[in-house]
Amino acid sequence: MSASRNALGFSPSRHSLPGPEDITRVELPNGIVMLVRRNDNSPSVVINGYLEAGSLFEPDDRLGLADFVASALMRGTQRRNFQQIYDTLESVGASLGFNGGVHTTGFGGRCLAEDLPLLFDLLAETLTQPAFPEEQVERLRVQILTELAIRAQDTAEMASLLFDQILYPGHPYSRPEDGYPETVQAITLQDLREFHRRHYGPRGMLLVVVGAVEAGQAVDLAARSLGEWRNPQQPAPIALPPAPILTSLRQERVTVNGKSQADVLLGAVGPERMAPDYTAAAIGNSILGQFGMMGRIGEAVREKAGLAYYAFSSLNAGVGPGPWQIAAGVAPGNVERAIELIRQEVRRFVESPVEEEELADVKANFIGSLPLSLESNGGVAGALVRLERYKLGLDYYQRYEDLVNAVTREDVLRAAQRYLHPERLGIAIAGP
Amino acid sequence: MTKPVEKTTLANGLMVLLKEIHTAPIVSHWVWYRVGSRNEVAGLTGASHWVEHMLFKGTPNFPPSVLDRAVSRDGGYWNALTYLDWTTFFETMPADKIDLALRLEADRMANALFDPQEVASERTVIISERQGNENEPTFLLSEEVQAAAFRVHPYHHEVIGDMADLERMTRDDLYNHYRRYYTPNNAVLAVAGDFDSQQMLARIEELYGAVPPGPSLDWQPRPEPPARGERRVTVEGPGDTTYMMVSYRAPSASEADFFPFTVMDSLLSGASSLNLFGGGISNKTSRLYQALVEKEFAVAVSGGLQATIDPFLYTINLVLHPQRTPEETLAALDEQVEAICAAPLPEQDLARALKQAKALFAYGSESITNQAFWLGFAEMFASYDWFLNYLDRLAAVTPEQVMETARKYLRRQNRVVGIYLPVGSKQQAEEVEA
Repeated sequence: MSASRNALGFSPSRHSLPGPEDITRVELPNGIVMLVRRNDNSPSVVINGYLEAGSLFEPDDRLGLADFVASALMRGTQRRNFQQIYDTLESVGASLGFNGGVHTTGFGGRCLAEDLPLLFDLLAETLTQPAFPEEQVERLRVQILTELAIRAQDTAEMASLLFDQILYPGHPYSRPEDGYPETVQAITLQDLREFHRRHYGPRGMLLVVVGAVEAGQAVDLAARSLGEWRNPQQPAPIALPPAPILTSLRQERVTVNGKSQADVLLGAVGPERMAPDYTAAAIGNSILGQFGMMGRIGEAVREKAGLAYYAFSSLNAGVGPGPWQIAAGVAPGNVERAIELIRQEVRRFVESPVEEEELADVKANFIGSLPLSLESNGGVAGALVRLERYKLGLDYYQRYEDLVNAVTREDVLRAAQRYLHPERLGIAIAGP
Repeated sequence: MTKPVEKTTLANGLMVLLKEIHTAPIVSHWVWYRVGSRNEVAGLTGASHWVEHMLFKGTPNFPPSVLDRAVSRDGGYWNALTYLDWTTFFETMPADKIDLALRLEADRMANALFDPQEVASERTVIISERQGNENEPTFLLSEEVQAAAFRVHPYHHEVIGDMADLERMTRDDLYNHYRRYYTPNNAVLAVAGDFDSQQMLARIEELYGAVPPGPSLDWQPRPEPPARGERRVTVEGPGDTTYMMVSYRAPSASEADFFPFTVMDSLLSGASSLNLFGGGISNKTSRLYQALVEKEFAVAVSGGLQATIDPFLYTINLVLHPQRTPEETLAALDEQVEAICAAPLPEQDLARALKQAKALFAYGSESITNQAFWLGFAEMFASYDWFLNYLDRLAAVTPEQVMETARKYLRRQNRVVGIYLPVGSKQQAEEVEA
């Protein structure tokens, strides 16, 4: 092997990470925040964003309402029917879609740069003037119910539903955004209209635009199509109750008959994205179950024991404290053995600091992979959404290297110990 | 900022395609081998996919865990894929780190260890991967449909292989498969991104030029005889949802029919792209969505044509409406197929299919990884010119050609209808306090 060489003729000076110099941030008078970054490398544009209209606002007997409303927006407006909406979009190879989350309802779309006015018009029309035509709503309801029937057969999804119930009893995070068959059945046309009337509004809305468009032009287009929108009824965001804390190991299982493989989820309530120890937890998570071929967990469960095709950890930090979890898909007979191996790794992770080399590896990975995650317009748009949502600051990606490098082995251990306890874990199993 | 593609063949037969793109400090490096499930016979099904896994299990120079740690440490994104006709390994890395990708791929082209213990532990990993697939009704159905469509040709079996073979294949079976197919003369190296072609080529010569060529390969799979009547397969399994797959024999990517077929697919089931990275678009104005989903025969429909060496399948996938039977739904589908066979399309439908294809092309070109993917992918079944001429060839398609293509391929005698019949679901929850 020859020694490692440096560049094969690349030129670093031309490139820079997104920052205050090339991100335009504008707040429209009605409260909509816009972030725009130009990229002329491809003649396309991506839009992304959210509104403060998530499932937090749903009553327990109408779970799935926010997502139902989001999906119904494109089914007809006061100006265009379903057919006309999709004809407008698909004729030019553009796309637009909405989906309901817990805190927010998100949207995303893309088009060729020449069709951006069309995409903005449609975004504004579906957001502000949906018609909820009854025939379309009923058709959509059957589609949602079919998706729920398919979910009931999906071991990973069933493990995830059960896991959220174990980890978040009585907390909004225990509720599935797509609801249950009986709650979706119970939602009326009136519920959809009322939810839209109350919760859809410009306050708290984010609109990110990335691609072959000049920032001023994007802002003008948005101001023209959404600048007049007002909703004085929009309620204040709901504050999350504190997440419950598990006091013992709690393992539950749901049987999904006739399946070949079981899915296991194991973990605890993790940090919020804005928590001061988030970066330390994220680095720790990579060491635990991501780096290389799925970190220490992948090494133990997949590489050494050959028990699973996938076994990895993830840190789902968001506006609130999402789960820090480990997932594995294993043969039904190997479930207990896999859980034991995973718990051993969790124990090691909270008992002793990570190795200096592991920490250095993951830091290099986080810093080196950042430009790759920003390769496409979609990647940049997602990054800009996170900047605004978690108040990271426009210079966050430029400060990122320093933030990552500042994390010590002790920081990682403290974060691990704060969130993960090998004797206080939730364990959900779904399988035959 | 983008130069024309440079195409060279090294003395050992390795084809090299280089495309400079200086828009981001990224290089994407792909090695493509002309081997996939198409090259497998009974007893060795799944060998190509398993060999792909074994290439992550180390060489003398890059022991197993060293390999993936090295790429991850440098911020790289890497993976490998095995398909019907090919197996590919790629790394997308910061431009100043790409040398590692070259060194490790040149190394494992010839020096993978296939340690018996690693083979044994990977056997259970792959069996677990297959069991995960078997959890999906659509996998179970698609496996049976493919088997019914191909009695003779090796497209008969799934890429992951039959369970019987995964349980029995030996280390030597796998190693022989590796030595036979993983040779420079059976490979294509494609690199795109922020580099200087002259320097890159010199480095490639240095690293890959040293790999000895293998014997020349002349693998000709047994051709599938013509279909002589519709075949039906049913699969029963858990759940409450009925799925249907209607699979027609389709042209290979290098046949002229592929292009009118692509336009026909776009009209019937919506524009789809062959991009591995890059967004797609919805299909709600497609004829099948309008006739099947809007008329409540199905809750979802999708279709897709694959670019393959030998004729493969054009499959229409349906999730049935809970109140409908497979026969009713199939009859509604057949009405649409008959309509597309009956008369030439309006010109405006063609113009629209072309605009959609152009948009999908633009989305795919945002990513350097996807651009590098195309360099090699097109060479697997045609050549890079196929990709360069793709939009022009779509633009040249006439309404009459689409009608003729529909008449030629979308015949009942030419299809397999697969139905997944749910036998119901039962769930119980139990709590175990530990």
